[in-house]
Amino acid sequence: MPSFTLEEDQQLIQSTMRKFAQTELREIARECDENATLPDETIKKVWDLGFCPNLIPEKYGGYEMGRSAVNAAIMVEELAWGDLSLTIGALSPQLMMIPILEFGTEEQKEEWLPRFCAEKFFPVTAAIMEPRITFNPLNLHTTVELSGDFLYINGMKCMVPLADSAEHILVYATASKGSGVSSVQAIIVDRDTPGMEIGEREKYMGLHSLPLYPITFHDCKVPKSRRVGGDRGIEYMRLMNLSRANLCAMAVGVSRASYEYALEYARERTAFGEPIASRQTIAFMLAEMCMEIDGMRMLSWRAAWRLDRNEDATRDSSLARMYCSEQTMKIVDYGVQILGGHGYIRDHPVELWLRNGRSFSIIEGLSTC
Amino acid sequence: MIDFELSPVVREIKRLSHEISEKHIRPIARYYDDQEHEEIKETDEICQKRAEVGLTMMSLLKDSPGDNAAFLGLLTTEEYYWGDAGISLGATKVGLGNAAIAAVATEEQRNRFMEKYTAMAITEPCCGSDSAGIQATAKLDSETNEWILNGEKIFVTGAERCDAVVVWASLDRSMGRPAIKSFVVEKGTPGMTVTKLEHKLGIKASDTGSIVLEDCRIPYDNILGSPEIKQKTGGFKGVMQTFDMTRPLVAIMAIGVARAALEYTKEKLIDEGFTFPYDKSLHELNYVQKSVLEMEANLEVARLLTYRASDMLNAGLRNSLEASCAKAKAGRAATLVTQKCVELLGPLGYSREWLVEKWMRDCKINDIFEGTGQIQMLIIARNILGFSRDMLK
Repeated sequence: MPSFTLEEDQQLIQSTMRKFAQTELREIARECDENATLPDETIKKVWDLGFCPNLIPEKYGGYEMGRSAVNAAIMVEELAWGDLSLTIGALSPQLMMIPILEFGTEEQKEEWLPRFCAEKFFPVTAAIMEPRITFNPLNLHTTVELSGDFLYINGMKCMVPLADSAEHILVYATASKGSGVSSVQAIIVDRDTPGMEIGEREKYMGLHSLPLYPITFHDCKVPKSRRVGGDRGIEYMRLMNLSRANLCAMAVGVSRASYEYALEYARERTAFGEPIASRQTIAFMLAEMCMEIDGMRMLSWRAAWRLDRNEDATRDSSLARMYCSEQTMKIVDYGVQILGGHGYIRDHPVELWLRNGRSFSIIEGLSTC
Repeated sequence: MIDFELSPVVREIKRLSHEISEKHIRPIARYYDDQEHEEIKETDEICQKRAEVGLTMMSLLKDSPGDNAAFLGLLTTEEYYWGDAGISLGATKVGLGNAAIAAVATEEQRNRFMEKYTAMAITEPCCGSDSAGIQATAKLDSETNEWILNGEKIFVTGAERCDAVVVWASLDRSMGRPAIKSFVVEKGTPGMTVTKLEHKLGIKASDTGSIVLEDCRIPYDNILGSPEIKQKTGGFKGVMQTFDMTRPLVAIMAIGVARAALEYTKEKLIDEGFTFPYDKSLHELNYVQKSVLEMEANLEVARLLTYRASDMLNAGLRNSLEASCAKAKAGRAATLVTQKCVELLGPLGYSREWLVEKWMRDCKINDIFEGTGQIQMLIIARNILGFSRDMLK
């Protein structure tokens, strides 16, 4: 029988993350956005929450506290409520850790996982997006070719979080262009590998405090052993679904931030002698935001729940992605609209959430759990 | 716990009710849509089949402690409405009045009325959504210890075929909301007459009628809840609580009809060579494919919101906000889905040869009765803002 009540430990996770998001992320979100910075201190504080070691088995140095996409959804909703850019940036090591944890060979796990359990932040990331109008993560254009004992990567990537400071980048490429998800491979590439060139930091409408970079690969030569999962490879679709469920939960967080702010504003702000929320035009927008946020959350939780059961979550995740990104756009737009002229001014955060919220229908694979 | 699993018991009940819907309800849907107001001669048979599912459900529930009857009721309702909304509403022995009785009646009243098919009469020519403004009155005749009811009720679902009606009336019109009480009036009581059957856009197999009460006398014990007029806590709230229970049901009705339309539409489009992949990007999907995905997502959201409202009710939590969210979303989504299905099937969607046009007409009612979509938004808004009726009109 379906049930939607959080367990005690989940409530604790939620309240802890909410507090953290309020004090560590929300407080600095505007300043970071204006200066386009992601403070090392923030990265370290998120790292200290133990996102990586909590999921890693003890034999590789982790705490093995169990892995749950649903719990991750609860957590990142709160963090993204604090700030989306800082959250995605600080969680970027997971982009490499999760695929190795799920599909890495024993040797790869032994080699890499302990490094995610270290006290010091392990700067690694993943490259998935490609600079193309018709980009589809299920039809990558970046190629990987096996020749002898080496892999050769060719193509272009964009929106790679923290690429400039990353020691290693997990690159997604297809072994056979146009032949679908089964040919997608994930390859660990070291920084300064010849043939891999990290470009100038990209500028986007939103996500200002998230450092994003383009990368070009030109016959980039990597040892065969760097292919995650060896000859068996990865289940790329599952990784995509994990990412979608996680990003949907973040979309809920951003939407909720805007909704709560607009709700409070509409209650306080008076016009024509009464709060603007006393007008149905405003009140009904708020009601719709509330209703849709709850709906988005249920839908993304179900995708996460299915992933936790190791079932095919393709339908749930893609419906959730489509629905959450569209609703988020509407909700963050309403947030600005309810504040009117004030919503357009950078003194209030709703314009930031509008810019960040637009990204959800664009970004793929920028977060995972 | 966050769980979306349907237990084997739930799935079995869903299967059984679907089978009945497919065999006994769907095949007669068009006929009774054409023959509005004709008595549904299959009523006994359908009721018997549904009662059998109910019995199976009760016996299976004994061995399935994680499940509850209310949730199973929700799932069977979706299946029956998938078959047909008009027949499900019209060929039944259970009405909204039964929900009111279940929600607020005393043990004695429950025993007396539970077997009776009971309709609910709230709306009057003067007022629908503004149910606090109703003009029907109830006066106590202290000599005979009877209530004397007077007034006119319209849009009563099941008016013709029911055994009893729960009538909303005011004990004292100068006292406003708190004076509004509900009374069970059995059919055949002198002074109560069904004066008119409505001709409607959809759910034509359901007998929607007007009822006139003229010095209609009923026993004192037929009042539901307390006869006291409490200014603060109000009997009205008690009456409104019925809606916390019925709104998730109306939501799932809408979902049942819309699901029927969407399934049918997809089948027909697949016959035309369309595919509905979940792994394509925006640029690779055409209008038809995108529309279908959007419809699926909207129905899923409506369904999950409905499950949640029901889950809360079952846990004994106040669910007014969530019940309104579910009903608002489901009513709206189902209206849009069925309208879109007609569009996607072109002239054949518009044709009365198929049921899609009927589903569009039928499911429109779900965004209207038991509180229009707009009333739901008002409830949600007042709830989240903490505004009173005066602060948000």
